[in-house]
Amino acid sequence: MIIAILTISLMAGFFGLVLGYAAIRFKVEGNPIVDQIDALLPQTQCGQCTYAGCRPYAEAIASGEAPINQCPPGGAATIAALADLLEVEILEANPENGEHHDVPLVAIIDEQTCIGCTLCIQVCPVDAILGSAKHMHTVIADECTGCELCLPPCPVDCIDMIPTSQTIDDWKWTAPVTLAGLAHER
Amino acid sequence: MNAKNWLNKLHQMHGGLHLEDHKAESLTRGLQQASLPPQLYLPLKQHIGETNKPLVRPGDRVLGGQLIAHSSSPISSPLHAPTSGRVREIAAHPVPHPSWQSDTCIVIDVDGEDEVLPGNPVDAQTLPVSELVERIHEAGIVGLGGASFPTSPKILRGNNQGIDTLIINGVECEPYITCDDILMRTYTDEVMNGISYLQRIINPASTLIGIEDNKPDAVKAMNEALSARHLNNTHIVVIPTIYPSGGEKQLIQILTGREIPKGKLAFDIGLFCQNVGTCAAISRALDRNQPLISRIVTLSGDGIRQPGNWEVRLGTPISHLIELAGGYLDNECRQHLVMGGPMMGFSLSGDQVPIVKASNNILITRQQAIPQAPGEHAECIRCSKCADVCPAQLLPQQLYWHARARAYDKTEEFNLFDCIECGCCSAVCPSEIPLVQYYRAAKSEIRAIQQAQFKSDRARIRFEFREKRLLLNKQSEQERRRLKREALKKRIPQTQNGDTEFDPVQAALARVKAKKQAQQEASAPKNTTNLSPAQLKQIEAADARRRAAREQRT
Repeated sequence: MIIAILTISLMAGFFGLVLGYAAIRFKVEGNPIVDQIDALLPQTQCGQCTYAGCRPYAEAIASGEAPINQCPPGGAATIAALADLLEVEILEANPENGEHHDVPLVAIIDEQTCIGCTLCIQVCPVDAILGSAKHMHTVIADECTGCELCLPPCPVDCIDMIPTSQTIDDWKWTAPVTLAGLAHER
Repeated sequence: MNAKNWLNKLHQMHGGLHLEDHKAESLTRGLQQASLPPQLYLPLKQHIGETNKPLVRPGDRVLGGQLIAHSSSPISSPLHAPTSGRVREIAAHPVPHPSWQSDTCIVIDVDGEDEVLPGNPVDAQTLPVSELVERIHEAGIVGLGGASFPTSPKILRGNNQGIDTLIINGVECEPYITCDDILMRTYTDEVMNGISYLQRIINPASTLIGIEDNKPDAVKAMNEALSARHLNNTHIVVIPTIYPSGGEKQLIQILTGREIPKGKLAFDIGLFCQNVGTCAAISRALDRNQPLISRIVTLSGDGIRQPGNWEVRLGTPISHLIELAGGYLDNECRQHLVMGGPMMGFSLSGDQVPIVKASNNILITRQQAIPQAPGEHAECIRCSKCADVCPAQLLPQQLYWHARARAYDKTEEFNLFDCIECGCCSAVCPSEIPLVQYYRAAKSEIRAIQQAQFKSDRARIRFEFREKRLLLNKQSEQERRRLKREALKKRIPQTQNGDTEFDPVQAALARVKAKKQAQQEASAPKNTTNLSPAQLKQIEAADARRRAAREQRT
């Protein structure tokens, strides 16, 4: 009897030490699920989800505070990927957050109208606008995420969102459309 | 060593098909020189890699061989004017591309004089190797077997890896195409010279020239040329005709028995592959200082009156070649144009598209050979014929199911990217499923997803960097103000002889008070000071009068 109790308590003590050590040695910094969610979001940093960027939205989803259907730039693909990751139901995109554009947009500054006020530069979440006070500003099209955050502050409304130009290199082969395939998708 | 011994040593590739080769039609006449068309349309991008930037402007006169577009990227290939003329415009024009889209082309009005930029040919046997590679790059040479990958970066990478075997691809396994066959017969010396220069550059232990056994005349011509010169350990290997033995990986397997590991390239296992057409182009670039401005194109199929091979300047519209070949058999054939062969080619939007560096064959058929967008098909019956013929030993059926369900991670698990799109599976499928179309769609979708992922990763890094920068700015601003306040605090007590009880507000009030007083004193009337005794007397008299008057009133 005593031997059994001793053995069990020794083992319990031993494993307790091992677990305690492991908890310190292999401590995970931050919340890994937030990183995984953040990796699925499109990183436009547009704030249409009502959060101040993709990472804050990822944190809100992880804490169960926000549903997965508030990201218009990501569209149905992002919702499906999030549902897959979090093992929840696929939701319809919430129309209140904004609409999804199939072709990504890019901001363009009308150089004739720009007065060089730097307001757009201050709000651009990815530093994609270049310029200085009283000098013409321009958008680095390759870095622009099409978040539209630069539109409201512009005092002369000189920024337009245009669809990104599709070159021959962006062209995609289309899969054959079959009657069965259509039925399958429905 | 003769061809027979080598045949015994040949290895086998998996699968493949025996196809009706249809090569005789275009071989009834020898190589013909195509006349100059009135206009040449030169797409800025005719290679894999970075798009060229034009160096000429509309109205400029150009000479044959003059550089007209280039790019600074290492993976690119410059473009030269194929003949003399004047640049008409630089604008979008239909190009040979499966999308049927237009792309930017330099349009040259040909003046017919065919004036050539004078060049200085070099002695390729004595020039340093690095200069040879540089000249191959400057000549705009790309792989003429169909992929049009720039040749000089391929050589540079191959040289870094160390090459034991140089493989020259004269297989030309796809039906209808005979341009390499006719090239080996007509320009045998150029091909051989090109091979010898490649040998000088990459210094392989042995060289194998692979030619299919359905080209006896080419084999004969090549053998004669080879025996006439002394090339180190070079052999012509005649291989059995089976499609797609001309694929790089398949030819390597047949000739050497080696397989290229997944995700690796030929030079990773010490092999270097070049097409015979590329060898001839290298010889022209070095011996005659002539850049890549023309190529041999086969016109074949049952929709053209006189099939044959033409040596054509790049940029020549296909319609011009069709006229040279006697025109379409009937008007319907105009809609059935394919660039490349019937297995791997793609349909063209029309005959206004130009010949580019990659154009080896134009197929004109009475029946639609390759539809641009394949439509309905029957269901898969799981016969597994596709797996039997797949030269890459993939499972086309599994790939089909996953590609159709858009399960892209699954397609990658089944090695979608090892598919060479040879079309064997589609050709044998009893349900006539356009399998390759599914694979191409899945591949381009996966590439698009990867690109989007790359872009979003970049945006994340930029966003996080900006947040960090703003935070740092804020912190450093706070720090600056804190330091300034501290400095101020230190300075004021010193002036007050260490009095720590000193109140700056009171001191300021006192200062203001003192200043005000001084001001008041300064501005007080000064007409009663420094008076003479006479004036004092007058003042006293006046005061006495005032007093008397006041007393009288009261």
